[in-house]
Amino acid sequence: MPDVVLETSGLSRHFGGVVALDNVDFLLRARELRCLIGPNGAGKSTFFNCLTGLIRPSEGHIFMRGDETTGWPVHRIASLGVGIKTQVPSVMDGLTVHENIWLAASRHHRHSDDAERRTDEIIARLSLGPMSHQFLAHLAHGERQLVELGLVMTGDPWLVLLDEPAAGMSPEDMVRIGEILREINETAAMIIVEHDMKFVRSIASRITVFHQGRVLLEDEMERVMSDPTVRDIYLGRTA
Amino acid sequence: MTAVAVPVTLVLPQVIDSYTLTVLAIYAMLALSLGLVWGYGGILCFGQAAFFGLGAYGYAIGALNVGESTIALIAAVAATAAIAAVLGAMMFYGRLGDVYLAIITLVVTLILYRFMSSTAGDAYVLGKARLGGFNGIPGFPTLHVPGNPSAYIWGDALYYVCAASLVLVLALVTLLLRSGFGRVAVGIRENETRMGLLGYDVRARKTLLFTIGAAVAALAGALYANWGEIVTPRLFGLTQSAEIIIWCIVGGFGTRLGPILGAASMGYLKFLLGQQSLVDNTLVMGLILILVVLFLPRGLVPALEGLWIAAWQRMPARQMQRRRRNLA
Repeated sequence: MPDVVLETSGLSRHFGGVVALDNVDFLLRARELRCLIGPNGAGKSTFFNCLTGLIRPSEGHIFMRGDETTGWPVHRIASLGVGIKTQVPSVMDGLTVHENIWLAASRHHRHSDDAERRTDEIIARLSLGPMSHQFLAHLAHGERQLVELGLVMTGDPWLVLLDEPAAGMSPEDMVRIGEILREINETAAMIIVEHDMKFVRSIASRITVFHQGRVLLEDEMERVMSDPTVRDIYLGRTA
Repeated sequence: MTAVAVPVTLVLPQVIDSYTLTVLAIYAMLALSLGLVWGYGGILCFGQAAFFGLGAYGYAIGALNVGESTIALIAAVAATAAIAAVLGAMMFYGRLGDVYLAIITLVVTLILYRFMSSTAGDAYVLGKARLGGFNGIPGFPTLHVPGNPSAYIWGDALYYVCAASLVLVLALVTLLLRSGFGRVAVGIRENETRMGLLGYDVRARKTLLFTIGAAVAALAGALYANWGEIVTPRLFGLTQSAEIIIWCIVGGFGTRLGPILGAASMGYLKFLLGQQSLVDNTLVMGLILILVVLFLPRGLVPALEGLWIAAWQRMPARQMQRRRRNLA
């Protein structure tokens, strides 16, 4: 299958005696948009962190575009062309919006003129122009999330991994983030870990449900939502 | 900045004697090395004195063995940088947290202090150099004009060499910080995880920056050996380690000028206090440190910069902060 960009086989992770992730087989195709949902402790964040290289899996394999990336350090995975956003907004607080984006651009453009051009491009695309010389520490939560998305898209990734991009966002911000994600999705496959079901409904095509470290179900949005088991373990409380 | 540095370098000997000025320039270079590693790289190194001492010992041992100064100076800096690279790689590839890094660097310094203090006797000889235990190594050939071992550089000439080295190091540090490497280093200081997620190899970059800082400290150490004409284990002492940090905090981290001015002013103050016996100079140093931390938490230079900009240019606050960053 040439269009598979990410594959895991038998992926497991134990923390002492706790099995956080249990034998997960997973497949993602080019330009696919996939949401990972599940109750707290279902293993979706552990799965996510194994993919990004922040955690080493105990067993199993991860392949990205054919390369086995199991156990690679995070910077090597990122260098493949994978854009990553962790759960807590992770930006350079003491630097300006422009400097933040520049650091992402400079990773991919050797010449400083090119990096500068790419920086301006991204800032324009996210309409961050008016605040481009403000420090990240002074920005609102939604704006910081937006800058982090900017950092992720600067490298033109072909795979984007996002952990709760909508957490703590106002409804307007959420709409904006949703639009940007769809734009990124035109060229990149995407995995989104998300709690907010409203947000998931607004963007998802296909959903993987995690439960107790395993994949419980993988299907289209509507069928997942109407599945009785899923409603019992997770959605019953919110829907 | 260099345009200001040169006239200052030339005028100062008219005011303060060049023997004192020489050591102030050396302290300034040592402080600048920590300012680079800690202030810009965010690496909490409590053991910059270790590299200062290794540079000094390296020079003394090299000069005794080679019998001339140029090779000894280069070898001292290179050997110290190599040691720092190994130590740095162990710490950064081992993913040590900031606090552990501070402790380890400090412990390395104290181990060197204990070790060098216990090297008296015939068992501790490196080539022609006896390590000499607590008494250290005296009587090594001091700096001379390259290629002419009988033309010693001392007195005023040594001051000009040290001052010129300081200006050169400052210029190189400035270039480094303006380069991509320097900007990425600041990014790593701000958020290591994010820089890793962007694809930068944080461990390698921190190791390199740490090594560069150690090389600068070693150069300062080698020059110090020439100024003092003796090296002793005191170079690795707790006092020395603490002083470097105090200079930087008083002068202001995150600036290049801060550590330099902090070291020079605190060093000169210590020299003045050393000429009287009314108050203990460590007491005064401690008091100054506490006052600065309480009232000028960012240090003297950033505070003065802020005042200068606020008073003369009346820029909007946001722009002012930006300038402050750029100046730094």
